[in-house]
Amino acid sequence: MSALLQVAGLRANYGRVPILMGVTFAMEPGEYLGILGHNGMGKTTLMRTLMGALPATGGAVHYRGRNITALATHDRARLGLGLVPQGREIFPSLSVYENLRMGLVTAAKEDLSIIDAVLEDFPRLVRLLDRRGGALSGGEQQLLALARCLCTQPDLILLDEPTEGIQPSIIDEIIETLAGLKARKSLSMIIVEQNLDFITSLSDRVLSIQKGQISGTVAREDLLAGKIAMSCA
Amino acid sequence: MVGQGCKGASLVPVSGLQSGLVLTSYLKGIEMDLAVIVALDVVNGAASLFLLCLGLAIIFGMMRIINLAHGEFVMLGAYATVVSANAGLNIWIAMLVVAPAFVALVGLVVERCLIRFLYGRLIDSMLATWGLSLFIVGFVTTIFGNTTKGVPTPLGGFSVGAYRTSYYTLFLLAMALVAAGIIYALMRHTRFGLIARATMQNPEMAAKLGVNPARIYMMTFTLGAALSGLAGGLLAPVSGITPVMGAAYIAKAFITVVGGGAAILSGTVAASSLFGFINQLGAYFTTPVYGEVILFTSAIILIRLLPQGISGRFFKGQL
Repeated sequence: MSALLQVAGLRANYGRVPILMGVTFAMEPGEYLGILGHNGMGKTTLMRTLMGALPATGGAVHYRGRNITALATHDRARLGLGLVPQGREIFPSLSVYENLRMGLVTAAKEDLSIIDAVLEDFPRLVRLLDRRGGALSGGEQQLLALARCLCTQPDLILLDEPTEGIQPSIIDEIIETLAGLKARKSLSMIIVEQNLDFITSLSDRVLSIQKGQISGTVAREDLLAGKIAMSCA
Repeated sequence: MVGQGCKGASLVPVSGLQSGLVLTSYLKGIEMDLAVIVALDVVNGAASLFLLCLGLAIIFGMMRIINLAHGEFVMLGAYATVVSANAGLNIWIAMLVVAPAFVALVGLVVERCLIRFLYGRLIDSMLATWGLSLFIVGFVTTIFGNTTKGVPTPLGGFSVGAYRTSYYTLFLLAMALVAAGIIYALMRHTRFGLIARATMQNPEMAAKLGVNPARIYMMTFTLGAALSGLAGGLLAPVSGITPVMGAAYIAKAFITVVGGGAAILSGTVAASSLFGFINQLGAYFTTPVYGEVILFTSAIILIRLLPQGISGRFFKGQL
């Protein structure tokens, strides 16, 4: 099977400061790939560079065999990449429903039934549809960010630290929702996290990132058995 | 504006006690007529100010571009109306179609050649649009000369008791309401409006969802320019049109949009109603010059008391 995403020697800087220093990995269609790492190791930078929000200064990214390294962010989104960013980035003055409608902008015609279908996995959001995005709690915003991303009908979701600052009950809800999606849909996902339980419960394979490079790989089974000597935890 | 009303009635000669009663009744009638005329002037002032500010509310209030050439966009709309009308085009088409279409085209060129490089750079955009305003004034002066031009007011007048006023006053009010309604419907109920509002809040996130922010910025700036042109077209029949007329509008427009706050429509409606009311009433009780002084003083007090503008206090989260 050909790789869904192939990243080779990817480099990115903030100004003159190098953050990613040659990230290399590949993932298969349908795979849930976890990336573990401490703060400042380049996890979020990797997500932003994969999405095109930060330009790569070296290396290459191939998606479904196509070189997307120089492609604009919105073009990557239209190819099927979706990002649930760190900090959620909900549109604060738009209602929850309008935030979800923003997930439909890539379609030539707005099909609101997609929102209804997505909301079946997010019952907590149904009663909040008229509320402003900025008025939601952090956990509710995280659910909304995930639902909004699913409305774009992506093939590959980049999930950046979804448990950061979220209450445990919502973390469980997110795990349950993502596990349900994994069972039902042919989605692929890259999950960047520091929460070991979260990443273990969802990932097929986990990479660790240190100082802007992939430093090792651990199978999910090894993680469950606690064999994570290579990880940053 | 009050000074434009004229007394058209004359006293009917009567005698004794009767004459006193008739005179009292007559004076009461005059007071009522005057109140109606002043009220119409206040409404007209608010409507004109709203039309003048709507384009800036989009460009500055929504896009955060300090467009110091806004007054010149209005002036270009007025000139487009004069030139079209003098060339024999129907005055309504000149005002309502040619003026906004021409200034939209100018706005599109300005956005592509200048503004798109300056998003997120407030000071740079301010300097660039100031230079642009000087260029437009110089260019128009070179073509049309530094003389006052005008077009006749297309509608006649009507009497309110002893006073007369123009139907155009009511037309401007109607146009302000129509423009507000159209912008509300566009921003609240269309896909473009949703995408524009989201993109102005967070262009990077909008791009991550598949929106091309550059395209949305271009379309939104062009819309703002078109509304400025429409204001110029509508104000052309009641203004002396000169290349420097924009300078008279720019300060008023900015203080109104800033006073309105983040809600581009409800804030601008509220601020233009308040400032239009203060301006017209101040002008009526003193002189037009003091009216302007009272307006700017009120604006300073308002912004001091409500730093987030009227909508930051009363219309939070609204359009």
